[in-house]
Amino acid sequence: MNELKQDTVDSKEKLIPLYKQMWLIRYFEEKVDEFFAKGMIHGTTHLAVGQEATAVGSCAVLNEDDMITSTHRGHGHCIAKGAEVNRMMAELFGRTTGYCKGKGGSMHIADVSKGNLGANGIVGGGFSIATGAALTSKMKNQGKVVLCYFGDGASNEGSFHEAVNLASIWKLPVIFFCENNQYGMSGPVKEMVNIENIAQRAEAYGIPGHVVEGNDVFDVMSIVQEAVDFARNGGGPTIIEAKTYRWKGHSKSDAKKYRTREEEKEWREKDPIARYKEQLIAKGFFTEEEAEALRKEAKQEIEDSVEFAKNSPEPGLETLMEDIYA
Amino acid sequence: MRELTYLEAVREAMSQEMRTNEDVFILGEDIGVYGGAFGVTRGMIEEFGPERIRNTPISEAAISGTAIGAALTGMRPILELQFSDFITIAMDNMVNQAAKLRYMYGGEGKVPMVLRTPAGSGTGAAAQHSQSLEAWMTHIPGLKVVQPSTAYDAKGLLKAAMDDDNPVVFYEHKLCYRTKSEVPEEAYSIPLGKADIKKEGKDVTIVATAMMVHKSLEAAEQLESEGISVEVVDPRTLVPLDEETIVESVKKTGRLIVVHEAVKRGGFGGEIASMIAESEAFDYLDAPIKRLGGKAVPIPYNPELEKAAVPQVQDIVEAVKDTLKGL
Repeated sequence: MNELKQDTVDSKEKLIPLYKQMWLIRYFEEKVDEFFAKGMIHGTTHLAVGQEATAVGSCAVLNEDDMITSTHRGHGHCIAKGAEVNRMMAELFGRTTGYCKGKGGSMHIADVSKGNLGANGIVGGGFSIATGAALTSKMKNQGKVVLCYFGDGASNEGSFHEAVNLASIWKLPVIFFCENNQYGMSGPVKEMVNIENIAQRAEAYGIPGHVVEGNDVFDVMSIVQEAVDFARNGGGPTIIEAKTYRWKGHSKSDAKKYRTREEEKEWREKDPIARYKEQLIAKGFFTEEEAEALRKEAKQEIEDSVEFAKNSPEPGLETLMEDIYA
Repeated sequence: MRELTYLEAVREAMSQEMRTNEDVFILGEDIGVYGGAFGVTRGMIEEFGPERIRNTPISEAAISGTAIGAALTGMRPILELQFSDFITIAMDNMVNQAAKLRYMYGGEGKVPMVLRTPAGSGTGAAAQHSQSLEAWMTHIPGLKVVQPSTAYDAKGLLKAAMDDDNPVVFYEHKLCYRTKSEVPEEAYSIPLGKADIKKEGKDVTIVATAMMVHKSLEAAEQLESEGISVEVVDPRTLVPLDEETIVESVKKTGRLIVVHEAVKRGGFGGEIASMIAESEAFDYLDAPIKRLGGKAVPIPYNPELEKAAVPQVQDIVEAVKDTLKGL
């Protein structure tokens, strides 16, 4: 924890909103899950329930103008980077008020002007885009860092190695942040990677690599803060691997036959939201009742986002051919 | 007016742009001190330095994606791929990212990048360094595809490509690099989507691209001495395509031959032929449309086999005569 700036650790104003943000992610995902089951949202979706600490903890130490690239499991990253849940829900409903005017859906939510360079439907698609954004920051002396989310599965794509190497030799301000949720679709990480920690791969590129408890907001903040400082001071990229778990299946069609109830139960007991709540109560930042009020607020905001989405217009067919070219 | 080679024209277009727009930079393999595989960037690192003439590792997937990320965040990168064949390694980025980001994001963000790359056969580089894969790129909504044939066109089209806010794939034919034409010193732009009639004629229209423009002009000259008047149209850009100029030419001559070096099967010639068949020019056709393209074979090493794999001047001459039979 010593790497985490003391004013962050002690800042009630900074830490309490993160608790609500975690619930926003949790409820957003559960609502999406529900609407998929009811057939009210189509396509596919990849839920990040259980991974709230990685998104919230990492974005918490970024500046507003820092950038992220996200994955196909990107709702949590979006919310953590400050996206409005109304516009996100509207996008999943395919409405014009959505972030992508109903053309992107779950896997492509972006808010480029606010530094969210987009979720990505291609596994490993964000690595070099993040590297390029970091190159812009360096060439224009913007002082921005880029946080590139990826999963354990994506770490086996060639794009990972090419982008990390490039970022390393050019000392670009990018943080490759692996959410190791234990499975690449149905493939257990233990069967797909012959090393204990994906972060060990950092050594091959001459950059720092860290493993962190991914269900602990403070641990995540602390290690990302270290990498952000390193990047901003010209040190170049870092690989961070956060060990976590997705409670739900890979996507909607997943019966989760590849894992056991016991394993799921074990990870549910490590609920990152409950853990964070205890930490904040222990610090005396809020009481059980105050925490409960925040949870309810988050729940209501998600309910409201559903109403917003439902009441938003469908895109007209005349928009089909719009925005192909700038 | 002074003459420049096609290669020099490409270099001049980039240098002039880089002098006026600090957001433009080049990245690619060996483009620094070495000057690029074909020497296009030779001398540029001395003027612009290694930050803007940015040597990369041999890593096409990374450098193409890096160009996209840089473009999305405010730079205007030019990516040089050593050989156009290597676009296969950059394919995910070009097809799934560059071409689609803006649309997927509902019109937010733009990817103003140019991917420049030498294409085509004729240098004995064999199957993995000689392909013409432009039709692949034209199939992807969101990309623009340019194929200049002359030094003059190369300079003006590259300026337009660099000014464009979209990802542009800019194919440079290796055999065109040494060809010369008059090129103005000042910067100028040739709009993407504007074909050029390289030679006017009245009996038959040849639509040809890249090196095939030169071969078609040579064929036209031969045919001229036999009293056959050939019009040679160079679309210059495949996406966007100047349909109007091609349609008007076919209406005038009543005959169409499409010539490209890429494999005929699935090649862009089929697109042009279909476009004419669907257009008002169809009623003006006095003979079936003919397509000349590469044979469906990997480009072989042996020089005679290599020539036999793609259309040559004599093939074009014969195709024209064949089309005019029964006139």
